[in-house]
Amino acid sequence: MNPTLRILRSRKNLVVGGIISLVIVLMAIFAPWLAPYHPIDHADLLHSEEAPNRDYLFGTDNQGRDILSRVIYGTRISLSIGLGTQLLNSIIGVLLGLTAGFFGRWWDDVVMGLTNVMLSIPGLVFAVAIMAVLGPGLFNVFLALGFTNWSYSCRVTRSQVLTTRSLDYVTAAQALGDGRARIMLTQILPNIAGPILVIATLGVAYAILTEASLSFLGLGAQPPTPSWGGMLSTAREQLFTAPWISIFPGVAIFVTVLGLNLLGDGLRDVLDPHTIRQRR
Amino acid sequence: MLRFTLRRLLQFIPTILAISLIMFVLLNVLPGNAALMAAGAQERGLDPQFVEQMKKQWDLDKPLHVRYFNYVWNLARGDLGLSFLRREQVSGLILARLWPTLRLSLAAMLIAVGLGVPVGFLSALRHGSWLDACSMLGAVSGVSMPQFWLGLLLMFFLSVKVHLLPTSGYGEGGLLHLILPAVTLGAGYMALLARTTRAAVLEILNADYVRTAQAKGLPEFIIRGKHIFRNALILVLTTVGLQFGSLIGQTVIVEKLFSWPGIGSLLVDTIFQRDIPVVQGCVLLIIVVFLVVNLAVDLLYAVIDPRIELR
Repeated sequence: MNPTLRILRSRKNLVVGGIISLVIVLMAIFAPWLAPYHPIDHADLLHSEEAPNRDYLFGTDNQGRDILSRVIYGTRISLSIGLGTQLLNSIIGVLLGLTAGFFGRWWDDVVMGLTNVMLSIPGLVFAVAIMAVLGPGLFNVFLALGFTNWSYSCRVTRSQVLTTRSLDYVTAAQALGDGRARIMLTQILPNIAGPILVIATLGVAYAILTEASLSFLGLGAQPPTPSWGGMLSTAREQLFTAPWISIFPGVAIFVTVLGLNLLGDGLRDVLDPHTIRQRR
Repeated sequence: MLRFTLRRLLQFIPTILAISLIMFVLLNVLPGNAALMAAGAQERGLDPQFVEQMKKQWDLDKPLHVRYFNYVWNLARGDLGLSFLRREQVSGLILARLWPTLRLSLAAMLIAVGLGVPVGFLSALRHGSWLDACSMLGAVSGVSMPQFWLGLLLMFFLSVKVHLLPTSGYGEGGLLHLILPAVTLGAGYMALLARTTRAAVLEILNADYVRTAQAKGLPEFIIRGKHIFRNALILVLTTVGLQFGSLIGQTVIVEKLFSWPGIGSLLVDTIFQRDIPVVQGCVLLIIVVFLVVNLAVDLLYAVIDPRIELR
């Protein structure tokens, strides 16, 4: 394939993913204006389990609530969990990685040991175990995901620090008498922003997927909160009578995660062509 | 090889210790009185003396570090403790559920490797073709799709609509009941393997040794089989091993969805019941399986690629 076509192809990820992500963000911000009904309070039992029609485009659930409105409001839950937890993870990962790479010695051993232990626990199992301690609830999902998925950012940051540490511009900064903290923040951090951003984008997708899974298990957002995973967990019983309840929240999760994954892949092609493509 | 295996097995010990410590601390700083939970509903207004007795029975009156020491000591002897609610040995409870989970995971892995690797391989060889485009679109969708939703859809179309397969349950351990859960569990994994294989093969296609082989005039099928596939396999195998862990983790969701009597559904059930010893046991077992699989992958490396020396 010729180079221009290849660039266009890789940008296609970026463009499609970016548009999807932007639409989701806008939906979350303008949810009250977009949703035709209130997601919780509008519960019309006379119209429960109605198939999609003109009044209820996505149909209604067993309590007569409008599924479209609940799906629209669901973007707020998913995005806030996704962005919030990944922000926390990025901060933890970057801080640990920076300090481990820069100070080395025993601190490096401790951080890398911890990272390896974290990597050897399947993410969902870890999250489920933490939810077992904290009990169900959305804030607890935030805690369970916010403190458990920093190992990738940490590893990447550390390896980048190790490679940049001996580069000329870092030596120059040292020669100018800059302190360690200053060098880390002004010299090294800007140079590793690209890979960190890529990991963060994919991490948001992962967090949204995991939140949906936890809510599906009944460990996440509790009813009547309009969370996509939670909506699907009640949908299973109505699979025979009202299958549309299972369709739309799932489409919402799928499209959102797909958009973020495409965006992450696209960003990687642009910002970080050297890392190995697969993360999980 | 034997020495390598032994050393790796020894390395499991600190990892498992670290994980068990994290789990133990997390699970035992629980708000809510575990002994009361164990005794039954709190509302029943239990005799305080009985509560004390319960606490003694599970050592809940001892300080945390003593309990952890006891826990590890028992763990080393294969004793995972007594379930709070079921009054049974945790090890027995878990072992009864081990086979369904392993069966499900292995079936999912077979589907994923059996389909994902060939698709990725062919996509790379026909790079840029419609086959490549379709399979990669499928792969990125597969990675982004929530498994329980895929499961719900499959259940709806294949069981509710067409009555082709049973909706859920274990059956008598027959194959029919296995199909839907295994496909659901394997789909994301398959997508990931297709992507990894494709990326690995694409990289190798440009390698010098492939050009040399072509220049020598070797038949294309030998180049593909011997030079490309075998070298790509090493990268693929790493993904297979690393991702098998998350596959085992995902059984939690899939087993719950399909009412599959495995470790995952036991874990979820016991979380809601706050049956801490069983939760601990399930999590530890899942992690041990993950570690063992990765060891197996490392050993396989040496078989596939003689250049890799196990040290």
